[in-house]
Amino acid sequence: MKVKVISRSTDEFTRERSQDLQRVYHNYDPNLRPQEKAVEYVRALTAAKLEKIFARPFIGALDGHRDGISCMAKNPNYLKGFFSGSMDGDIRLWDIANRRTVCQYSGHQGAVRGLTVSTDGRILVSCGTDCTVKLWNVPVATLTDSDDSTDNSSEPLAVYVWKNSFWAVDHQWEGDLFATAGAQVDIWNHNRSQPINSFQWGTDTVISVRFNPAEPNVLATTASDRSITLYDLRMSSPARKVIMRTKSNSISWNPMEPMNFTAANEDCNCYSYDSRKLDEAKCVHMGHESAVMDIDYSPTGREFVTGSYDRTIRIFQYNGGRSREIYHTKRMQRVFCVKFSCDASYVISGSDDTNLRLWKAKASEQLGVLHPREQRKHAYHEAVKNRYKHLPEIKRIVRHRHLPKPIYKAASLRRTMMEAERRKAERRKAHSAPGSIVTEPVRKRRIIKEVE
Amino acid sequence: YPYIYNRDGTELHCLKEHGAVLKLQFLRNHFLLASINKFGQLRYQDVTMGEIVGNFRTGLGRTDVMRVNPFNGVVSLGHSGGTVTMWKPTTAAPLIKMLCHQGPVSALAFHPNGHLMATSGKECKIKIWDLRKYEVLQTLPGHAKTLDFSQKGLLAVGTGSFVQILGDFSGSHNYSRYMGHSMVKGYQIGKVSFRPYEDVLGIGHSMGWSSILVPGSGEPNFDSWVANPFETSKQRREKEVRSLLDKLPPETIMLNPSKIGTVREAKKKEKPTKQEREAEMEAAVEAVKGFVWKNKTKGRNKPSKKAKKKQELVAKAKRPFLDQQLKGEQS
Repeated sequence: MKVKVISRSTDEFTRERSQDLQRVYHNYDPNLRPQEKAVEYVRALTAAKLEKIFARPFIGALDGHRDGISCMAKNPNYLKGFFSGSMDGDIRLWDIANRRTVCQYSGHQGAVRGLTVSTDGRILVSCGTDCTVKLWNVPVATLTDSDDSTDNSSEPLAVYVWKNSFWAVDHQWEGDLFATAGAQVDIWNHNRSQPINSFQWGTDTVISVRFNPAEPNVLATTASDRSITLYDLRMSSPARKVIMRTKSNSISWNPMEPMNFTAANEDCNCYSYDSRKLDEAKCVHMGHESAVMDIDYSPTGREFVTGSYDRTIRIFQYNGGRSREIYHTKRMQRVFCVKFSCDASYVISGSDDTNLRLWKAKASEQLGVLHPREQRKHAYHEAVKNRYKHLPEIKRIVRHRHLPKPIYKAASLRRTMMEAERRKAERRKAHSAPGSIVTEPVRKRRIIKEVE
Repeated sequence: YPYIYNRDGTELHCLKEHGAVLKLQFLRNHFLLASINKFGQLRYQDVTMGEIVGNFRTGLGRTDVMRVNPFNGVVSLGHSGGTVTMWKPTTAAPLIKMLCHQGPVSALAFHPNGHLMATSGKECKIKIWDLRKYEVLQTLPGHAKTLDFSQKGLLAVGTGSFVQILGDFSGSHNYSRYMGHSMVKGYQIGKVSFRPYEDVLGIGHSMGWSSILVPGSGEPNFDSWVANPFETSKQRREKEVRSLLDKLPPETIMLNPSKIGTVREAKKKEKPTKQEREAEMEAAVEAVKGFVWKNKTKGRNKPSKKAKKKQELVAKAKRPFLDQQLKGEQS
């Protein structure tokens, strides 16, 4: 009778030469791995702690401007090129990778209020408080050539003077029209020295304007009468308006869901709306302690970054009420403009202290080319952290952020105030006739009305 | 005392806290050394840092039957009253106490999948238990000085100088005799132990150590990341570092290790009945009434004011109960 016993020959299981790889054998039987869930939990804990250790989001500051930065523009065709305009009329083109100025455009007399780049990336449009719109040439060759270190300034391609000072400008995503915001909304063509069309609803100044990424004829504006207005270029008058309790400083359309936009409001919140249904906000993003000045969506459409008057930058998820990340530095004063880079990995902020700052979108990300083993390890850490992120110890570590003292105090003060208000409203409701007091959801509470 | 030695034989540590130890067991994933001493005290020590994690008096006397369940990391002891208790390092009372035999328990073994336990008593019975329902699956006649399960589920029973190997071949937890091996007449078997990943059974006896081949007892396919019989010294070093990084805290030892990360069941709070509530209200009012007042001086000790104050306090004490009643009526 033949009896079979386990017999392993060493040459099958050991390598012949030291240049060969070691053979790996797998057996996925769970009996061989006892207490798998506990091991995964411990790994999730270590991964959360490692993420905190490696979280260094600040990459560098680009200085050069002599006055606070009021607006920024990103070039859709070149990842490295960013434009920034300051309060003294100085416009610069920056090479983000080398952190230096490529080109400097001077000519504006007052503050530069709006910057935008045309669809092909060759023309920069700027507008300012001196009632002019200037078109500049973007030096495409010098952008790609990184050895060039001379700052050359150029003359504007065209200067259009108009009746009132301008507050913002935006270019169509596909097309050659751009819109400026001032006393009214004007639509311009590159070659005409006068606007080809003009919209007005009410008598207040329009503060910001944004074109829809998917529909080239739809644009949204905010005005100082606390309203957000939607326009369609094919119609002769503005389409729809929603009036809120406080004014919105800026709007950004979600590039992946172009019917949704998010407005950065003075009451420290950001409101996401569906442009088809403006009577209720889709989501209210709370977190900032002071007015939110600027907002920009990531090209993935999943997150957006906001810069606020309280000297911090927050990154929110497109459907989340609380911020995922908060960035602050002692030297960064009031943040007036933020932009998400076109590859969704960096955030650039321009602030009052004349510096542009470059941050990582994911604070603990390892930059550069990763070995496939490193990529797999990062993916494993992410997956195991997500699996156990609701357990208390891990949640505490993942959620924790160090806040500067003034922000922390302001946040706790705000919390106590809102708690007190909520409690009082609850008691009022409890002690009045059932049904006489109706609580409005937060999404509706800040909207006064929608006007056709 | 237990001592810890180096690979070369040098004594590294003398573990004085453990006392006169009868049996030692090691929990691999948690790096805990569990010991039971002649006074019946169970101690857990973390061997990486050397701190004593738990020190419990079992209260059931001297015993030298101790085994670690590899599936969930609980240590189980067999006592002279026939009870088997299971312990974890964070609680002073045993998790489970089960009466297994009518005489003292002589040996204990766990199946690697964590569902089966084999116990043997001095009254000549070997019982196979299901650990999920804590019921006997099978009772076999026979003495056993030592028991061990192999990776594939074969059970080795050693008594005197005879080893029996039982296996369940139909998969229905019906253990029947597979092999037997008798050694030279005078040899007394002390301990049997299956070798992992090999078809070998090691027998420790009074005259030394011998090993026999048992076909079908070891796991033929090993996983290189779990245990590699052919590992190089470099791989061993890496494995040691990684296992230290994955060291489990002692709080993760529980009877059902897959409960980590699941939702805890909501405990239903029993509402006190109406009588109980009234009794509570009365008790609160009595407490307030029984309060001794300090008599105020300088003409502030008016009886009308005292009475008003007392009434206010009684109303305040009653208010939460009345609120609860209102809420209950409303909902």
